[in-house]
Amino acid sequence: MDHLEKLESKSVYILREAYREFKNLCILWSIGKDSTVLLWLARKAFFGHVPIPLVHIDTQYKIPEMIDYRDNLAREWNLNMVYGQNKEALEQKLTFHDGKVDRLTCCKNLKTLALKHTLAGDWPRYRMNHTTGQYEIDTNKEPYTGVIAGVRADEEGSRSKERYFSPRDKENEWDVADQPPELWNQFKTNFAPGTHLRIHPLLDWTELNIWEYIERENIPTVSLYYNQGDGKRYRSLGCWPCTKPVESNSRTVKEIIVELRSGKFSNIAERSGREQDKEDGGGLETLRKDGYM
Amino acid sequence: MNQNTREQMNIVVVGHVDHGKSTVIGRLLADTDSLPKGKLDQVKATCERNARPFEYAFLLDALKDEQAQGITIDTARCFFKTKKRDYIIIDAPGHIEFLKNMVSGAARAEAALLVIDAHEGIQENSKRHGYLISMLGIPQLVVLVNKMDLVNYDKSVFDSVTSQYGSFLKNLGVTPISFIPISARNGENLAFRSEKMNWYSGGSVLEHIDGFTKRDEDHLKPFRMPVQDVYKFTAHNDDRRIFAGTIETGQISVGEKVIFLPSGKKSTITSIEGFNQKPKQTIGNGYATGFTLKDELYLKRGEVMCREDERLPYSGTRFKANIFWMGRNPMLLNKKYKLKITAARESVRLVEIVTNIDASDLSSINGKQQIDRHDVAECILETTKPIAFDTIDDIQSLGRFVIVDGYDIAGGGIITSVVETDTSIITDAIKQREINWDTGFVTEKDRSALFGHKSKFIIITGGVNADIVAKALESKLIKSKKAAYYIGPASLKDGLDSDISDDYIDREEIIRRIGELARIMTDAGLLFITALSIADEYDFDVLSKLTRPYEFLHVSLDNNIIKDNNHKRLLSGSHDLEVIIESIVEELQQKEVFTDFSI
Repeated sequence: MDHLEKLESKSVYILREAYREFKNLCILWSIGKDSTVLLWLARKAFFGHVPIPLVHIDTQYKIPEMIDYRDNLAREWNLNMVYGQNKEALEQKLTFHDGKVDRLTCCKNLKTLALKHTLAGDWPRYRMNHTTGQYEIDTNKEPYTGVIAGVRADEEGSRSKERYFSPRDKENEWDVADQPPELWNQFKTNFAPGTHLRIHPLLDWTELNIWEYIERENIPTVSLYYNQGDGKRYRSLGCWPCTKPVESNSRTVKEIIVELRSGKFSNIAERSGREQDKEDGGGLETLRKDGYM
Repeated sequence: MNQNTREQMNIVVVGHVDHGKSTVIGRLLADTDSLPKGKLDQVKATCERNARPFEYAFLLDALKDEQAQGITIDTARCFFKTKKRDYIIIDAPGHIEFLKNMVSGAARAEAALLVIDAHEGIQENSKRHGYLISMLGIPQLVVLVNKMDLVNYDKSVFDSVTSQYGSFLKNLGVTPISFIPISARNGENLAFRSEKMNWYSGGSVLEHIDGFTKRDEDHLKPFRMPVQDVYKFTAHNDDRRIFAGTIETGQISVGEKVIFLPSGKKSTITSIEGFNQKPKQTIGNGYATGFTLKDELYLKRGEVMCREDERLPYSGTRFKANIFWMGRNPMLLNKKYKLKITAARESVRLVEIVTNIDASDLSSINGKQQIDRHDVAECILETTKPIAFDTIDDIQSLGRFVIVDGYDIAGGGIITSVVETDTSIITDAIKQREINWDTGFVTEKDRSALFGHKSKFIIITGGVNADIVAKALESKLIKSKKAAYYIGPASLKDGLDSDISDDYIDREEIIRRIGELARIMTDAGLLFITALSIADEYDFDVLSKLTRPYEFLHVSLDNNIIKDNNHKRLLSGSHDLEVIIESIVEELQQKEVFTDFSI
């Protein structure tokens, strides 16, 4: 087995373990490359099917192309596609772009809070109706007790300490100092009522591994990751007011891989284009403890 | 070079608190140029802002909590590469409070670096970690004698640590690859050989890391695949029934005969399934895959798929194991815990503590009848139902398990041998029950004379209609003036069973209570009827034992069989309720349950 096969097998094992153990399970799909690889791995794990709903937190500041891409794949792969958002904050324009709050508060409003309440089911969830192609209010209001996310350990400091199965308390909080043991391939799959688990099948993957796998499997990705001729591409996708493209000539997956292996990005952190990280002391842990992905 | 073929290896760094693990890693990353650009400067700037001297350890302590306390709380992973291969370095905490985190980190590793402070010498966790390294089955160990700068790079200090710790490891049966004198802070013997310790002729830490080998003998071992799940996704008219799992050891090909343990069910491989991959005829260890089989087997998750032509694992309920305990509450004798071994989950009890070992000095603590937090014990465990396993020496992944207490993984262990026994917790308990049973003056004969029939426990299983058949049978018998009584598990749920859940772990208790009810009802002379939606042969074994001295009759609608302990007979196969009831009554007549024939 080569290293991609090993990574794939471990992730598939974790996905199957999650599917087996959790009745109310979802996959968080940010439309980015990592969670798209995660979605692909779910198709691997379940032999072409995706028996787990995909949840997207729509901040309304996602680059429009991302939403088109999401809905196209949802239709093509017959996904159980659900999105949620912080309607109130958007209506009151409590966003960074509207100048009313700083970046971190904006993240908290549009991502952390929206995620928390969408997962809990106490804010509306919108589910794609495959017959009409439209989103409708989801009748399922059950809280998700298993939440699969495409977090990677190499992204930044706090993520390097994550477990594959990581408990969150009633307030969605992560107790970094008291995490459950994980031995061999046995994970924490029992949890007290009211708590839930975050499940991280991609923990051992690096940014390079993600691209190598996208190449090997020929996984469709958003074109924003590639230079369209202006010498710029996105290395990490977020909301447009807070994510900057990087200078890069890579037009294809192959070129990105070369760039990551030996080129100018081999020593620069992936999230260097994300402004909110800088405001959080570089660690992101303030956001993450509250439930940020 | 093709990066896809680059080898990757997980290495854990362990040792007592403050002996310099994080500094070793930080220094290795810095000296091999493995840090992301700006990371070193960022951490240096943070130190300056907080007016603290920079330390290499801070590179890893990315979390504020840890910087405040200056100790590693949890395992952190960092990535670095040499010309030879890519590494994931796992920094395991040395503080006893965080032993569970250390174990989590170490369990992922293929090799270990154990750091001992030359100045402070061997400490409690130097030994405990050494023990756990051997127990977790990490095959390669290098001991780093750190802080040599604090002892003036004195050879005699190094020699003394080497000889003391070497003999400790020898007692564990562990032979380290080597001992290296280092100063992580000054970078001596880390990435480069030290000029300050010319008396040391061995390689640097980095050279040793590249010298670790990949031990992969799993493909030579007998085939084992724990069944993680059985899928039948019907979307797009997919009619495959796929037995999914990760192959732990060995190889298998389409057309080969397989046996599932502990059930003993057999079939033949029809296909190897996968998504977006070329069709395969053969597959081996490491792959998370799936198979379709020639036969429609009903299999529980956790059964182990094996090749019929190879050595098979043990199937049993009792085994000897070494356990280390991390739970807040001690592990107690005879308390029910959940066992997770491969893909199986079973309830388990600690039936005997052979020796209780203090892992920090390997002295055995005799007579202690519980396993306390951070203790290690050699003990005997018993599961409720048989599980398939190998000993740790034969097949590592089939010989290790965790124990769940409440919601948490509280212990881990390795199986050292199988224990053959004809006694079990349940037979002992029943023996005791029968000794203490306080029978009245009425005899069994008196009751059958009163009711016109003997007593019997009748269990209906299978189909979607088991309860309907059971209720119809009750009606039929009552109409014929027989003393029959039906109760189903649903009626017990919020009453007799209100203190237990329907979790798999409590299923055993649900079955036990039905069995105890059967003992009482049959003793009262009744025809006691119940319906179970799922039950396996172990459940029937338990029910049969619990009902004794009375007998039970099992009607399986799925298999069209009616049977007791000695005989079985085919039912007509009809789905007609009347016909089914008729044949059950007929069976009761044949068994001479009815003393008068008025039915």
